[in-house]
Amino acid sequence: MTAPLHEPTAEAAPGAAEEAAVAAGDAKAVQGRSLGRIAWERLKRDKLALTGGIVVLLLIVIALLAPVITSLVGQDPDLYHQSLIDPLFSTPKGSLGGLSGDHLLGVEPVNGRDIFARILYGARISLLVGFLSAVVAVILGTVLGILAGFFGGWVDSLISRVMDGLLAFPQLLFIIALVSVMPNQMLGLTGTGVRVFVMILVIGFFGWPYIGRVVRGQTLSLREREYVEAARSLGAGRFYILFKELLPNLVAPIIVYTTMMIPTNILTEAALSFLGVGVKPPTSSWGQMLSSAIDYYDSDPMYMVIPGVAIFITVLAFNLFGDGVRDALDPKASR
Amino acid sequence: MLAYLIRRLFAAAVMLVVIILVVFSIFFLVPKWAGVDIATSFVGKQADPHAVEAVREKLGLSDPIYAQVWHFFKGIFVGRTYAAGGDVTHCAAPCFGYSFRSEQAVWPVLTDRFPVTLGLALGAAVLWLVFGVAAGVLSALKRGSLWDRGAMVVALSGVSLPIYFTGLLASAIFVFGLKWGSGNYVALGDSVTGWFGSMILPWITLAFLYAAMYARITRATMLEILGEDYIRTARAKGLTEPVVIGKHAMRSTMTPILTMLGMDLGALIGGAILTETTFSIPGLGQAVLTAIKNQDLPIILGVTLITSLAVLIANLAVDILYAVIDPRVRLA
Repeated sequence: MTAPLHEPTAEAAPGAAEEAAVAAGDAKAVQGRSLGRIAWERLKRDKLALTGGIVVLLLIVIALLAPVITSLVGQDPDLYHQSLIDPLFSTPKGSLGGLSGDHLLGVEPVNGRDIFARILYGARISLLVGFLSAVVAVILGTVLGILAGFFGGWVDSLISRVMDGLLAFPQLLFIIALVSVMPNQMLGLTGTGVRVFVMILVIGFFGWPYIGRVVRGQTLSLREREYVEAARSLGAGRFYILFKELLPNLVAPIIVYTTMMIPTNILTEAALSFLGVGVKPPTSSWGQMLSSAIDYYDSDPMYMVIPGVAIFITVLAFNLFGDGVRDALDPKASR
Repeated sequence: MLAYLIRRLFAAAVMLVVIILVVFSIFFLVPKWAGVDIATSFVGKQADPHAVEAVREKLGLSDPIYAQVWHFFKGIFVGRTYAAGGDVTHCAAPCFGYSFRSEQAVWPVLTDRFPVTLGLALGAAVLWLVFGVAAGVLSALKRGSLWDRGAMVVALSGVSLPIYFTGLLASAIFVFGLKWGSGNYVALGDSVTGWFGSMILPWITLAFLYAAMYARITRATMLEILGEDYIRTARAKGLTEPVVIGKHAMRSTMTPILTMLGMDLGALIGGAILTETTFSIPGLGQAVLTAIKNQDLPIILGVTLITSLAVLIANLAVDILYAVIDPRVRLA
């Protein structure tokens, strides 16, 4: 069951599955299929979700191997090819944005950098920010949500108000504002490093209430269950109950919300770079490519289409996969 | 109902104060921790130390943070005068700060830009509500049909497409390719038909994105509600299908839709930054983006506050509508 999910939380899933099976009781008597097993079998039958999952895997491999792949095709994302640029219009020579055997997706206007190589390197930024900001959001959301749901009282009120407040904030504007006041050097990082780091933190920070609310709600209903009472009567401490009894049962909703959050985060990163507050040139990012493509949307439309399609495919793949995971883990699903 | 309203209003007021404090912290405390001198960003990168000192004095940047917040609040109601040595700048009554970068008060910038963004957001909202909700309801009623699958594929693509891509694509096809319109923004005051014509493409592009989201949510909510007991009861009573769907099911379906509408509209009114950048519409979003690029902090601060206010008001309106639609909310 953990194989297709690739989530940091996935390791905890088998525990949840066993517990759920034990809780269900009669499941064992019939066939002994765990909840995780059922979910995986449902997911396997969902062709769209599976396709999405495979594309996501491919993208991860591509992003990881970007330097290898680009050197295999003999390209460098930062190398200028002035000879391929029409000096009069500063657009690439030839049709379809300078598409050729050497330059698989053509070259950029003005400086003639290889688009294929830049797209591959852009994938690294997109996925890195998308995943890690989701990790930040999941950690914050899970810990704070579970605390709010379990302890109730003023802890709950405080955390819930903070969540409501964050959700009511004009998020994109705040993210832009925060990213733009950050200095160019901090914690030993410089330039792109700082920007990526800040984006991960800020996007993650604005994302946690979505997970936090769900986790809080689930915790509220789970903490009254008999097995929690049983653990308590056996003398289990609060934190043992929190992390050993409750957390494994929260894994399913957390996985669902994580898979749905990653594409949103990828879009946010692209938007920030598009607006010029994300990663700065020469580091390549899809949003930033689109932003420089604005000036050439009529003379070199390929320059705009390629990064746009890259974003589309990535986000769609994550969405398809996320939808599939949600349906597979949803006990109410009729299929 | 009145008690509910007062409670919501009070919560909104508290929220506004919190937002102002947070905005101040972002712009005045974060740079401090990060070791950046805030005064320099009010003057410019190549500012000489003399000018920086003058700005620091003029804006009271060396005052403690609570004093600065207080001066800002006071400025909103009674106006504010910035003075350093012989150099005096007055900022009239609703003073949301003064941009020393662009030599103008922030409030007129906000009032200039606000109607532009409001027009964009409201026009698109009408489109996406009508088409998104209609598509979602139809999909839910004809679940599994060709229409349902088709609509949901389009909707899933819609939520996966960023506006800065669809917008550019639409411009390339319709403005450049088919020569429909000039692609330039026409102010409502100059020509009503011209304004309408220049807004059609941004409206449709923006509405497409949201319609996709609303269609998905509407479909999911509708399907869940159609499985409820009270729908079965309504049918068992012999009510006609249009009444069951239109009156009973729609009412419950609208509650989550309204919540979303409030949040989305608020966020959009506060600055449809991406749409405005893509289509070069001179609204609040573009103002704030230019301000960010010029590091013009007072304008960023002003727009952020107005945006937060818009989100708050939209949420408040939704809360009130919510209570009208769903009587249980009033008791909660």
